[in-house]
Amino acid sequence: MAADVDPAAVTFVRYMDRSRDFYAAQGYDRPYRWAQHDDAPFRPLDRPLAECRVGVVTTTSLHREDDGDAPGASGRAFAQAATPHPSRMFTEHLEWDRDATHTDDVETFLPLRRLEEAVAAGTIGSVAERFYGVPTLYSHRRTARNAELVEGWCREDGVDVVLLIPL
Amino acid sequence: MSLVARHLEATGTTTVVGGSARDIVEHCAVPRFCFTDFPLGNPCGKPGDVAMQTAIVGAALDLAESATAAMTTVQTPHRWDERGAWRTNFMRVGPDNADELRRRGEERLARQRARRAADR
Repeated sequence: MAADVDPAAVTFVRYMDRSRDFYAAQGYDRPYRWAQHDDAPFRPLDRPLAECRVGVVTTTSLHREDDGDAPGASGRAFAQAATPHPSRMFTEHLEWDRDATHTDDVETFLPLRRLEEAVAAGTIGSVAERFYGVPTLYSHRRTARNAELVEGWCREDGVDVVLLIPL
Repeated sequence: MSLVARHLEATGTTTVVGGSARDIVEHCAVPRFCFTDFPLGNPCGKPGDVAMQTAIVGAALDLAESATAAMTTVQTPHRWDERGAWRTNFMRVGPDNADELRRRGEERLARQRARRAADR
């Protein structure tokens, strides 16, 4: 058992509590209202995974040199060719643990190489020719619009399974 | 991101969320969730650790096929480090940084006011 973990308590970090307290300490008096549901839709795979095309959605943005307004950072979803693999992604506008880690290894949150290896190993059929970016937004309404964009791109690209990986 | 997964699943595509903020994802409720108990930033494995990345991505892919009902969570077995100090350090609020956080909030508010005034 790790030294600083209480074995009698839930071990994962409660980010909703943590961020509420963190922003309250900065003077925000209205806590963010996280989306909440009691159930979820479910669509079973209708073919073996080894025959499926897999797409990836990231919350990170495309990195552009000398461009302060990186695509995705503006709030709109994007689709981007998966090859050549991006060597880095823009993450500075997102909340992540800058003290514990870094985001220089793109595969730690956008695993396009690992998916290609899964194709070579026969685990999945193929990787979608594009990956998709959905920026983290406070507005559920704007997120719903972005979800419709990703739905359309997945349809165009023939995607069977989507991995969604929030940073 | 969880809302996007729900939308895609409802419109006919199988989805798996892979991430490290378990409370937020499960609060929203998603079809399938592959949880890795890591600091935010590397939900697919540690930087440079190809074997771990392969294992986590593999677990997420397996879940697409193995889950039989919505809101299925699997946790990968990986641990960030032995001490787990990152759990308490992230977004920490304490007596020693309360003034700093208050000052940061006031600065942000001032910037927002200035931007609004400039837009008028």
